[in-house]
Amino acid sequence: MARQMMKGNEAIAEAAVQAGCRYFFGYPITPQNEIPEYMSARLPEVGGAFIQAESEVAAINMVYGAAGTGARCMTSSSSPGISLKQEGISYIVGAELPCVIVNMMRGGPGLGSIQPAQSDYFQATRGGGHGDYHMVVFAPASVQEAVELTQRAFDVADQYRNPVMVLGDGIIGQMMEPVTMPDYKPRNLPEKTWAATGWKNDGSRPRAVINSLYIQAQDCEDMNKRLQKKYDEMAQNELMVETQMMEDAEYAIVAYGTTARIALTAIRQAREQGVKAGLIRPITLWPFPTETIAKAAKQVKKMLTVEMSMGQMVEDVRAAACGACPVGFYGRTGGVIPGVREIYNQIMSMKEAE
Amino acid sequence: MEQQIIVAGFGGQGVLLMGQLLAYAGMLEGQEVSWMPSYGPEMRGGSANCAVVISDRPVGSPKVEDATAVIAMNRPSMEQFEKNVVPGGGLLYNSSLIEVKPTRDDIRVVAVPCNDIAQELGNARVANMVMLGAYIELTKLFPMDALVEALRHKLGPSKEKLIPLNRKAMEAGAACVHKA
Amino acid sequence: MAVVFEKPKMLADVPLHYCPGCTHGIIHRLVAEAIDELGVGEKTIGVAPVGCAVFAYNYFNCDMYEAAHGRAPAVATGVKRCLPDNVVFTYQGDGDLASIGTAEIVHAATRGEKITTIFVNNAIYGMTGGQMAPTTLLGQKATTAPLGRSVEKNGYPVRMSEMLATLDGPAYIARVSVHDVKHIMEAKKAIKRAFEMQIAGKGFSLVEVLSTCPTNWGMSPAEALKWLEENMIPQYPLGVKKEVE
Repeated sequence: MARQMMKGNEAIAEAAVQAGCRYFFGYPITPQNEIPEYMSARLPEVGGAFIQAESEVAAINMVYGAAGTGARCMTSSSSPGISLKQEGISYIVGAELPCVIVNMMRGGPGLGSIQPAQSDYFQATRGGGHGDYHMVVFAPASVQEAVELTQRAFDVADQYRNPVMVLGDGIIGQMMEPVTMPDYKPRNLPEKTWAATGWKNDGSRPRAVINSLYIQAQDCEDMNKRLQKKYDEMAQNELMVETQMMEDAEYAIVAYGTTARIALTAIRQAREQGVKAGLIRPITLWPFPTETIAKAAKQVKKMLTVEMSMGQMVEDVRAAACGACPVGFYGRTGGVIPGVREIYNQIMSMKEAE
Repeated sequence: MEQQIIVAGFGGQGVLLMGQLLAYAGMLEGQEVSWMPSYGPEMRGGSANCAVVISDRPVGSPKVEDATAVIAMNRPSMEQFEKNVVPGGGLLYNSSLIEVKPTRDDIRVVAVPCNDIAQELGNARVANMVMLGAYIELTKLFPMDALVEALRHKLGPSKEKLIPLNRKAMEAGAACVHKA
Repeated sequence: MAVVFEKPKMLADVPLHYCPGCTHGIIHRLVAEAIDELGVGEKTIGVAPVGCAVFAYNYFNCDMYEAAHGRAPAVATGVKRCLPDNVVFTYQGDGDLASIGTAEIVHAATRGEKITTIFVNNAIYGMTGGQMAPTTLLGQKATTAPLGRSVEKNGYPVRMSEMLATLDGPAYIARVSVHDVKHIMEAKKAIKRAFEMQIAGKGFSLVEVLSTCPTNWGMSPAEALKWLEENMIPQYPLGVKKEVE
């Protein structure tokens, strides 16, 4: 398929449709509105359905209903709306249903701002709702990657029967870049024999009960142990990380999403000045590339984490570096995007501080 | 080579479209490109800007601070972004609406009377195409045909009849660069 | 030997967890009978609430969901949009539907979702131990209204059926009671009618069933039935509130 210019939000929506997503439930919030808008026109064309729900709470519960029938479905929102969805996400995890949730992050806390941010990292990677849980969190850094990761997200969700989050900063949603729609082919996935579709009571399958209630404590612990096994498998199988110019790097910048792109330009400029900087870009934020960072920490003199937050991922970076090298932090937040020059200056001052 | 462009003006001047056409034409020419709009509350207040990067390697930062060119369609935009032009870079400003002159003397300044030319051509709405023609002529970034092709894609087959007027606007804009 | 009485196919052969004298059992049976009689059991999918009926997924012999508190109409919407030829119902109490889930029920109704809601109103939070519900009557005591519900402190009880009947989306809204045999028979008719409306694709349907909570009302089952008749029905008048052609 030919390259075409697409806005991140629209590209994600089209990628989802091409990956077989037929049901979308959403609620308006900037900066992700192009996703529901696109879906409202596109899904009826392919025999699916779009509903603008009365709230984000209702939208995620519609996803719960749809996912339980075995259909590929998704919702999207931005930070304040994702907070509202946490209840539903926890239930979806508990009932072991697959779905894809897109968060185009904006400044917080509270109503915050509508400009890009990365301050929902903790919420996305620590669970966000109640209970012990995780979901694979993809952090695309380009529109093309957003497309590929969205499609992968549906496969990962189905494979583990667990929600998957695509976590973009607002720029990923609003930016236009050339995209080549992949020729999507699903992984080899298990059949959805657990889906609620109407029970024939003919011995072909047990009665489907989509449920997260385990009223006996021991049953609930057993359920958690079963979930934990899945998280271990996800951590084992689904980790994605990119490194650039790390072979001879003396300084490593750790950043994800658009921030990693801005850092990359700064790193290129630093290299032109003879400073050996490199980039570590987690593509999955959960699972987190702990080993890549641990290894790099033994190689480089210093690390710097850059985020559009007051410092969230840096906690994981410090834990991974485990004292092998100093880990600094630079962040802008509230919708302010760090500039190349700011990051460049940070890199140069790491060097000068020696 | 990497072009980092800021296009700014009032909402309704077609500023976001200008950026998209530059990015699209860049893509048609086989370049790596990105287009990033400002989508903050100023959108509602009437001003708009976008950042375009056109590069021969994968685009790093889609946010532009050190612009190889700034295209200012109104005065507040010029005042806001003049400082972002790198030394030796270009500042193209819409002299129909901006009565003051840029202050920098280390950059190339091109005054383009976009609205006047568009009026002469009989359609005020092509003022933005006049400016794009001037930009292409100044930078020789890619042939004007690529820009026309990008516009054709954007307008779709139903508006094919608008292409000749837009091309004329681009050519008139290009001519301004040499007058300067 | 002729069979004169049997359990509906739609009810699983397991003991119910409800308190002695609770009318949930009767209402479960009415729903099961209606589905059996309509012959749609194999394509029925139910959604249980949070509240006393939280374990309804163990009792209805069809594919079932357990929804988050108040969200059953949203969950049912998701199910029905994916499986438009199936029969989808929610079974919700008054705390679930009339308090935390008001947005979901109102919007499912106004969208005209082709689902059926069985709304069991016993004027109290049963499962959590007798707290005041939005449907608790004025003067009625609850653990969070120890002196009885007062207008000054708590406002008025809400009449959901009348509210929902003002919307264009619902095809059928009725309020029934199960305090005696005659009313149980009428309730059965209404529930069946609600499912028929869904199957005919007419729109959203809801039956509000006035019910008792002897445990939290602090009464014997017989006293509770009498209390329902004398106190709840005046506040919540029975009858069909809306029915389309």
